[in-house]
Amino acid sequence: MFFYLIRRILYAIPIALAVGLFCFMLVQIAPGDPINAIVPADAPGDVVEQVRRDYGLDKPLPVQFGIWLAKVVQGDLGRSLATGRTVWSDLSGAISNTLLLASVASILGFVLGCVLGGLAGTFRGSLIDRVAVGIAVAGVSVPHYWLGMVMVVLFSVQLNWLPAMGAGPGGSADWVWNWEHMQHLVLPAVTLAVIPMGIVTRTVRGIIAEIMNQEFVTALRGKGLTRAGIFIHVVKNAAPNALAVIGLQLGYLMGGSILVETVFSWPGTGLLLNNAIFQRDLPVLQGTILVLAMFFVGLNLLVDLVQTALDPRIKRA
Amino acid sequence: MGLRRYLLTACLAALPLMAAQPAAAQGTIRIGMTAADIPLTNGQPDQGFEGNRFTGIPIFDSLTMWDLSSAERPSTILPGLATEWRVDANDRTRWIFTLRRGVRFHDGSEFNADAVVWNVRKVLDREAPHFDPRQVGVTATRMPTLRRAEKIDDYTVALITAQPDSLLPINLTNLFMASPAQWDRLRAAAPDAQGAWNAFAREPSGTGPFRLARLVPRERAELVRNDAYWGEKARAERIVLLPIPEANARTAALLSNQVDWIEAPAPDAIPQLRSRGMTITSNAQPHVWPWQPCFAEGSPLRDVRVRRAINLAIDREGLRTLLGGMMAVPVGTVPQGHPWWGNPSFAIRTDKAEARRLLAEAGYTAQRPLTLKVQISASGSGQMQPLPMNEYVQQQLREVGVNVEFDVIEWNALFTNWRNGCQHASARGVHAINVSFAAMDPFFAMVRFWDSRMAPPVSNNWGHFSDPRFDAMIAEARNAFEPAARDAALARLHAAGVDEALFIWIAHDVAPRAMSPRVRGYVQPQSWFVDLRLPYIQ
Repeated sequence: MFFYLIRRILYAIPIALAVGLFCFMLVQIAPGDPINAIVPADAPGDVVEQVRRDYGLDKPLPVQFGIWLAKVVQGDLGRSLATGRTVWSDLSGAISNTLLLASVASILGFVLGCVLGGLAGTFRGSLIDRVAVGIAVAGVSVPHYWLGMVMVVLFSVQLNWLPAMGAGPGGSADWVWNWEHMQHLVLPAVTLAVIPMGIVTRTVRGIIAEIMNQEFVTALRGKGLTRAGIFIHVVKNAAPNALAVIGLQLGYLMGGSILVETVFSWPGTGLLLNNAIFQRDLPVLQGTILVLAMFFVGLNLLVDLVQTALDPRIKRA
Repeated sequence: MGLRRYLLTACLAALPLMAAQPAAAQGTIRIGMTAADIPLTNGQPDQGFEGNRFTGIPIFDSLTMWDLSSAERPSTILPGLATEWRVDANDRTRWIFTLRRGVRFHDGSEFNADAVVWNVRKVLDREAPHFDPRQVGVTATRMPTLRRAEKIDDYTVALITAQPDSLLPINLTNLFMASPAQWDRLRAAAPDAQGAWNAFAREPSGTGPFRLARLVPRERAELVRNDAYWGEKARAERIVLLPIPEANARTAALLSNQVDWIEAPAPDAIPQLRSRGMTITSNAQPHVWPWQPCFAEGSPLRDVRVRRAINLAIDREGLRTLLGGMMAVPVGTVPQGHPWWGNPSFAIRTDKAEARRLLAEAGYTAQRPLTLKVQISASGSGQMQPLPMNEYVQQQLREVGVNVEFDVIEWNALFTNWRNGCQHASARGVHAINVSFAAMDPFFAMVRFWDSRMAPPVSNNWGHFSDPRFDAMIAEARNAFEPAARDAALARLHAAGVDEALFIWIAHDVAPRAMSPRVRGYVQPQSWFVDLRLPYIQ
């Protein structure tokens, strides 16, 4: 197990390199110019060139990438071209905000998905099954930014029940777990939970239905076990796969909530990435994607380990 | 006197006092900006002129300032931290500025000539210990001829330009005065100059009517009234700035009472905002939304008849209807009645018959139609509603036999191409480009487009326009140091530009804003900026 862990951690190194290089090349290939993050469009050519030299953007691309990599190895993600702030100072705050949002959305999606999927799998072919599957299909089909806007119109603009934007009355810096702050979380978390809820519902439904058809369930039933007792066995068998799915979903939510965070002005990594993309703020873009990629790798590893702990039949060696 | 009469007299006596109350008032105004981040608070904001509007002018002052007190007349410059200025009669590259006395920065240090020299050096002297390359881009570009500053005495400075330039006092509205004492204090605890500037951005010190009280990067900035301000003090006690880049989110924030004021509501949200009692404000803004022609060999827009025809073929009133009234119909870069208007002989209007005649004269007929290719963006800061607006113009031009093809690219890429010029490969053979621009000062309104020396990579003469007559008119304006003579020279330049139809003038932005009815005292000047000292919350 120990060597498996070390090997998985070592795998992260080429992944980090590839992600960094890919992201760097992508920004270079895309039309536009990172210098636009620093100087206005009406800047005279000599000023543009001078600023380009000041920021090292005139150096050959391999050199620029090498400089960035050397700094990253030392734990320095560089400074934002647009703001001059360290990438880490912006990123650390954004990660904690996104982690908060993604965790709440994942828990919501997981719980709802398991309940709906469990019901659908247990009562396959019934009305409950059809309703649950309908909800799941709607969840994965509805564009979540559209859903977010609709919910804002309904719950913020029309009913005035919940705030439309932001991460608290004074921003995310002074977040506390009270209703005044948590109400800012409700709409983005529900919006974001819809897709994982749909996916988990379909997955759990499939797993439960498959397990229910296995011989050991028939045997348990034949031994006179109650419905609840059988259900506990089924859940134990379904848990590793469901866990893997939700682990992946949490990873997607960490990096994939750009649109939802923009709709709700939620100051997380999605909004940070969105702004960095439009400004061509290369250090922020590279740093954020690198950290998110590593988070994804770490999360997968964690899910693998938890799966092993839950199901000893899965060997990690 | 009976009690009733006594109370009535007392109430009547108190009326003038009640009327004067706003001066001592009131409240917190929460503003939803279009910017995606809080504009830099180091003294030279980024995020375009929205940055100057919200973290430049309120926190810092400049030597010359915009008059933002009136909605009725064009905004002109006023004495700011300088009380008067003149060009040296013996050396027209040397301007003498007399500074206002008794002004103090928020940290308590004194504003004087040393502070002016220090602030010029922060962006122009690469050897200065406090030189900040980050601030160069947003400052040096807006005062292109300034070279250095010299102290004459504690309250007099000389500013030296690269060439005689009568436009310098206007350009200086972009150089904000930051406190050297505050920077020195922060530098002592910072590892380097950049670190000191970052610390300064967290604890800025200017001389402006507001002080920064709290900054949460990417989320909010809170400004509080500077009660020791040298000029008229602000009415509101606190301004909260919130970056909300998405237009629908801004509208929802206003309608759900999370903010009191939003910048640039989406045009289709305006009826709803009105129906909910919100105030919609707008005014002519020096913000031009044109097609800039390419004058290179082979471009059909080299022919003045074609440029005039295109200008005549567009029904701008229809476009205004499309935008819910949120645009002004242009008759040039500046409006009629502006000091630089100049009464051109070519009238920009809708006259499709004349447009067809001019096109036919230029050799374009139904059998040989004109095809234009225009580079546009799908969105972008200041670009208004580029897709529907351009498609509207496309339909209008089809009525006079002109086919328009669009090369739609992303805003950042369009910016980059604008700098490259129409002969560069990035232009991909287009005949015009659609980049909106600020026209607050003559350099940005006209000089950078019509001076042959401003062709790329120097500046924004994207179309490589070159005409010795225009170069001479620009030189004349730069050398006219009496304001009236300078305005007259600029008016001749503008009139000539309109007569030559050097742009396809399509729309002028009117800077729509939506506000809660609780916001009072607000004045929307004919400017990119607003005076945040005036509004307050009732």
